[in-house]
Amino acid sequence: MLKDLFTKHASSFEKLGEQVYFFKSFSRNTFHKGFEWEEFIHQCYVIGYRSLGIVAVTGFVLGFVLTLQSMPTLKDFGAETYVPSMVSISVIREIGPVITALICAGKIASSIGAELGSMNVSEQIDAMEVSGANPMQYLVVTRILACTLMIPLLTIFADFMAFFGGYFGNNLSSDMSAVLYFSKSINSIYFEDLIPALVKTVFFGFTIGFVGCYKGYTSNKGTESVGLAANSAVVNASVWIIIIDAVAVQATNAFVYN
Amino acid sequence: MQEAIIQIEGLKKSFGTKEVLKNINLTVNKGENLVILGKSGEGKSVTIKCIVGLLKPDGGSLKVFGEEVTEMNEDQLKELRTRTGFLFQSGALYDSMTVRQNLSFPLTRVLKLKDQKEIDDRINEILDSVGLLDAIDKVPSDLSGGMRKRIGLARTLIVKPEIILYDEPTTGLDPITSREISRLILDMQKKYQTTSIIITHDIACAQITGDRIVIMSQGEYVAEGKYEELEKSNDKLVNSFFK
Repeated sequence: MLKDLFTKHASSFEKLGEQVYFFKSFSRNTFHKGFEWEEFIHQCYVIGYRSLGIVAVTGFVLGFVLTLQSMPTLKDFGAETYVPSMVSISVIREIGPVITALICAGKIASSIGAELGSMNVSEQIDAMEVSGANPMQYLVVTRILACTLMIPLLTIFADFMAFFGGYFGNNLSSDMSAVLYFSKSINSIYFEDLIPALVKTVFFGFTIGFVGCYKGYTSNKGTESVGLAANSAVVNASVWIIIIDAVAVQATNAFVYN
Repeated sequence: MQEAIIQIEGLKKSFGTKEVLKNINLTVNKGENLVILGKSGEGKSVTIKCIVGLLKPDGGSLKVFGEEVTEMNEDQLKELRTRTGFLFQSGALYDSMTVRQNLSFPLTRVLKLKDQKEIDDRINEILDSVGLLDAIDKVPSDLSGGMRKRIGLARTLIVKPEIILYDEPTTGLDPITSREISRLILDMQKKYQTTSIIITHDIACAQITGDRIVIMSQGEYVAEGKYEELEKSNDKLVNSFFK
């Protein structure tokens, strides 16, 4: 029976082993001499700077919609002055990091998966390997570290844009001044809101980079596999982001708020 | 007596239930151009991928420069690969880089060259050798199939390897460009004194480049000799390549 169970799930165990090996290889190459600084900075530019537009729009709309949705309910209780605090806490603690990470999973994980997948299909990764260069260090380490660094920065940017969106939404039905709105927003945020949220975005960033690279780097040799690599990178990264978020919320509640 | 650079004995490789290499025995001597001729899917590419450690054989012995490849660790494999060039069927140029960046990549990463003048001189010299000096700032998508192969060959040769493995160097090219590439392989072999294995099913390429030809069928070598000898063979399979 155990044998049947193992045979049935053999490919899943193989995949798990492959992922552990990939992580081990990434870790070893991260601390190996000859770090690819130039490629790392290029990837920071590609992943960070080129995602600013979509993150800005998403963050702004997020704050705007959140304000418009909560305003009528809070107004019923005469608590519309709490809108800035409610929006800022929601955005900083939860919505900003998760939505930014999901947007980036769609944009960045798919693009890394497709890029490395097509390099695999056209034997460019093999060519790098047989030339004696280190494709793991050049392609994988740089992308994963760039994601790990850039996603927290993009989240901070998205949070700021959400504040502006929130002010804009608030301004449609309230005459609260900008100074009052932003001071209420900022005064209601504490370090115990900010730090756990930023820490989890580091994990989100790592996950996006790792899943994108793993799916692309280990894709099969066929044009169809490029699409599959991009698609499964987005799906897997998104699911992992949700799981990590659930764990992070539990950990924050247990260690920070208690 | 000639010095054996590559020695293969009883090499076996399977993918799932398919036995691709059954029992390969082969010796390549220093400075020799060996052509492996065979139909597509007969395991020719698998043989040379085993030589550089891209694939791990299931059995047999595979010695390069007298060292057993199957027992090499990652550092030893890296060392072997710096002495061995591999020209892929598609050229495998890095398509996010220009020709200049493609050529400087192995110089800075493998040979660890730092002097920009030396790097530029080497790039110009090799591009001049393959006749594509004016393509230096182009990206691979702007190059034709023949140009990609030439640049691929330049990238392979720029680190001055002692062995070059060519995986179907003329596939997908018109007959004129195929002949040009075949002559270029021969010229480069003479200029850089390399030992080569050329995988092909193009008989014209085999005739131009090969000092010795082995014919492969169903995972085994079925005939061996010079072009002129094999051309006169009465064996039905060998004959089918020459008609």
